[in-house]
Amino acid sequence: MDVLKVENITKAYANHIALNDVSLSVPKGSIYGLLGPNGAGKTTLIRIVNQITGPDSGKVFFNGEPLSPKHVSRIGYLPEERGLYKKMKVGEQALYLAQLKGMSKKDANEKLKEWFKRFEIEGWWDKKVEELSKGMAQKVQFITTVMHEPEFIILDEPFSGFDPINANLIKGEIKRLSENGTTIMLSTHNMGSVEEICSHIGLIHNSVKMLEGSIGTVRDAYKEGVYDLQFQGDMISITNAMWTNFELIDHWKRDGSQIARIKLLNKSTVNDLLAVAIAVIKVEAVNEVIPSMNDIFIKVVENKSDSHE
Amino acid sequence: MNKTNLIIQREYLTRVRKKSFIIMTFLGPVFIAGLMSLGIYLGMSDSSVYNVLVVDNTPQISADSLSQPKSLFWKEFKETPQMKFQYTHDALTNAEFDSSAYSLMLVMREDIVTFPEAELVFRKLPSVKARSYIKSQVEKVIENEKLKLNAIDKRVYDSIRTDVEILSVDSEDGGTSYKQEQAMVGFGFAVLIYFFIFLYGVQVMRGVMEEKSSRIVEVIISSVKPFQLMMGKIIGIALVGLTQFLLWVILTGIIFTVVSGLILPDAATMAEQVQATQVAAEQATSDPMNQAVISDMAELFLFRINWPLMLGMFLFYFLGGYLLYASLFAAVGAAVDNETDTQQFMMPITIPLIFGFIVAQFALTNPEGGAVFWFSQIPFTSPIVMMVRVAMGFDAGTVWQLALSMALLVAGFIGAVWMAGKIYRVGILMYGKKITYKELWKWMRFNS
Repeated sequence: MDVLKVENITKAYANHIALNDVSLSVPKGSIYGLLGPNGAGKTTLIRIVNQITGPDSGKVFFNGEPLSPKHVSRIGYLPEERGLYKKMKVGEQALYLAQLKGMSKKDANEKLKEWFKRFEIEGWWDKKVEELSKGMAQKVQFITTVMHEPEFIILDEPFSGFDPINANLIKGEIKRLSENGTTIMLSTHNMGSVEEICSHIGLIHNSVKMLEGSIGTVRDAYKEGVYDLQFQGDMISITNAMWTNFELIDHWKRDGSQIARIKLLNKSTVNDLLAVAIAVIKVEAVNEVIPSMNDIFIKVVENKSDSHE
Repeated sequence: MNKTNLIIQREYLTRVRKKSFIIMTFLGPVFIAGLMSLGIYLGMSDSSVYNVLVVDNTPQISADSLSQPKSLFWKEFKETPQMKFQYTHDALTNAEFDSSAYSLMLVMREDIVTFPEAELVFRKLPSVKARSYIKSQVEKVIENEKLKLNAIDKRVYDSIRTDVEILSVDSEDGGTSYKQEQAMVGFGFAVLIYFFIFLYGVQVMRGVMEEKSSRIVEVIISSVKPFQLMMGKIIGIALVGLTQFLLWVILTGIIFTVVSGLILPDAATMAEQVQATQVAAEQATSDPMNQAVISDMAELFLFRINWPLMLGMFLFYFLGGYLLYASLFAAVGAAVDNETDTQQFMMPITIPLIFGFIVAQFALTNPEGGAVFWFSQIPFTSPIVMMVRVAMGFDAGTVWQLALSMALLVAGFIGAVWMAGKIYRVGILMYGKKITYKELWKWMRFNS
């Protein structure tokens, strides 16, 4: 079951196309990383899902129903450009935002008190937002995003502007929410955190969806038959021993061992590589190199850009 | 609708609770009432006592064989508690005058009857009232002398002397017309509307810019439609304006009553004195006009102005004009990133507003002119110009003009709100771009 299903969305502005026939599905309970370089169309997509703007064509489904204003209270949204009313008191403001999301004042009050306790910021209730530091205000804003317990939360660049400690706190909260069954979509440039917390990703580049799927499938799909061969012996002998079926990409030393990164060519297998290697060196270990999200990201984006030129 | 209410509530409460609102609410009436009381106080309270030395050089003549010879003005002036007269035949030098106890020295020419001229020497410039009192006294004596010289009976002269008052009569209702005076009252309301639209329209613009530049707007419009947010803000601020207006009326009333109560005993005696002075001054002509003028003013305020219509129309045109302009101000606030960029878009909004103010001033001198008619119909100027015409009243033949103007204003603000909504929706999410009019035109044609 997909919490969010986007079908063939196209959105054009006066001078450029922001989304071109994009389809995505966000499975229930997943942490979905929406990736793409700046200007790819991520924010436009997020705004369409939040009904801030509408698509020119295409459909959006929320839990199988066509997206409509009644779903607003079931979605939480933390925009990339964050802000609060500077002159308003923290508690008052959080109450206001909660009520706009459809909570009653009483429920909102209780829920907020709980969250303020969790984040250990009870003392901020009567402070004006302008008295808070940027990181503090971001915490408050994170609370206002999740306090109405939406089943689907969209976080646009959730870690930007947080120091490492608070970023970790937020990461922990995202995981906790996910364990409780909340579906989360987040856009980020931080590929490390994508690998750490995301279960699924979708990559948009130049207004077009380039790839989508669970992290495992995506990384498997981008495996290129590259192996790290750890051995004792002479680097030159293994280089000389390799034929056209293997390509030495890189090599380095670690803890007294040699490591060669080798790409298998022409449908050769690991066994073939080992057969060759064993003859000339003492093999210690062979590991398949699984591409990092960072590598995949760069690969997809650069290839696409090349083909454009 | 519920969410719009929430927004209205927030906009209203955050502003009403502001220190600046509370200060303005209290200082405004103190200022207005203070100004009014000061005006009245100053008008009544020229309390200084003038000691006038009358230097009478006119020839001493006996009126008849029995009486002592005396000069023309000798002991002829009527004294009041504020005006004391001493008589002499010899003028003091300026130095002597400066060290004397007299506050004024009135020096008559010998031939004043032929050349009516006198000098008033002062250390401190006397009030207009004191001067006109002295003038009236001198004139009265000379007049009497001339009557005597020409052997005209004073009673005959009084019956000849004529003071004509021209009353304007409206051919349609046959009543005496006070349109000019009524127009003045309407102009007062026009000024109020002008200021309120400006004051609160700019607040709407600032509010929109605050939401845009603090970036909270994106969170809010993920919960409500941009149009709801815009209207919530506009309506919330309108309520702030009405609250302030109402508080001003009430507080001004209270303060004015209290203050005039405090100075009233004083004021009452003052008024008596003024009355006495006037009676003395106008004894010669025994003019009942003053009384009439005062009651005319009262009649104008109480009966000539159709107050329920006036206040009803004030509310209607204030709200209509405010909605029209505030939505335009909101569109400007949404289109720009910071205050300095507002200039180019403010111009086309402020010009019609100021123009309406100017036409309203024309309406004072020529209330039924063509320009006044047209600009009382155009929604951009009608909230201001129409106030003057409402004060003058409508009859069966012209009431359609009021109806048409009202209908046009409603159409005008609906159009403005619709247009502003379109610009607002696009503008609030547009950052770091210098906006041109061409761009705004594009926004208006976007679909959501």
